[in-house]
Amino acid sequence: MQPTQAPIQIPEVIQLIDLKYYLIISTALFVIGIIGVLTRRNAIIIFMSIELMLNSVNLLLIAFSSYRSDPTGQVFVFFIMAVAAAEVAVGLAIIVMIYRNTRSIDVGLLNKLKW
Amino acid sequence: MVQIVFYLFILLTLGSAFGVLLTRNVLYAAFFLLLTLLGVAGLFVLAGADFLAVSQIMIYVGGVLVLIIFGVMLTHTKDAGQTDFTRPNYVLTRHRGWLWALVVAGGIFSVLYSALVRANFVLFGREPFFESTVDTIGRQLMTEFVVPFEIAGVLLLVALIGASTLAASSRPDR
Repeated sequence: MQPTQAPIQIPEVIQLIDLKYYLIISTALFVIGIIGVLTRRNAIIIFMSIELMLNSVNLLLIAFSSYRSDPTGQVFVFFIMAVAAAEVAVGLAIIVMIYRNTRSIDVGLLNKLKW
Repeated sequence: MVQIVFYLFILLTLGSAFGVLLTRNVLYAAFFLLLTLLGVAGLFVLAGADFLAVSQIMIYVGGVLVLIIFGVMLTHTKDAGQTDFTRPNYVLTRHRGWLWALVVAGGIFSVLYSALVRANFVLFGREPFFESTVDTIGRQLMTEFVVPFEIAGVLLLVALIGASTLAASSRPDR
């Protein structure tokens, strides 16, 4: 770091709370999302689990960005949120179409491609 | 004081995430997801990202969750005949292979946890500040990341058109 540059600053709260807590929470949230995707059969709940995983990644990015005092990570989280909103809109439209065709949203019924 | 609030938000987030995982009612799962998203927004605030916390509440709670609840409403089915493939949504049933899910999840958690414990992260700065990040984020969105910003806008437009085309396509025989 050059001496003329202002010292890199991080938020005060981050100094009180160890980064490790953020890492463990986001890992736990991601793993809960994985269990949800692998075990539930309702397509909407699988969707919610995907949202949980996206949120855990966002949390991790924000924790690192404020830990390193680099707001680029927060811009990245902003884009992830936009993509997640698009994903939810298209995914729910697909789920509604599946419901119209099969009268159910159980993913166990969609086994035509299973070998 | 801050630590206590932080632990409360951790408890809210993880507890309601387990609620999403374990509840049988889809609507209750949506409400638990609401609590989880609020807890994550609180953790965003505690990490110093106030702008993203507000956008989290606006986008997720205001948009995504409303969409999901609409999905629950549109796909509500009155206990259709239970075949072997459509058991009720227990997590712990015999024929489900939940064991493999737990093994995969536990394996991923232990690998990530051991990597995180061994990693040595160094704090960059030492001086506290109370500056909002809205200014820097807005400036970066309009200068450095303007192309991804426009692409995200186009993506949202495409998703909007695609979703309405998919969900609204009604054949004449229906």
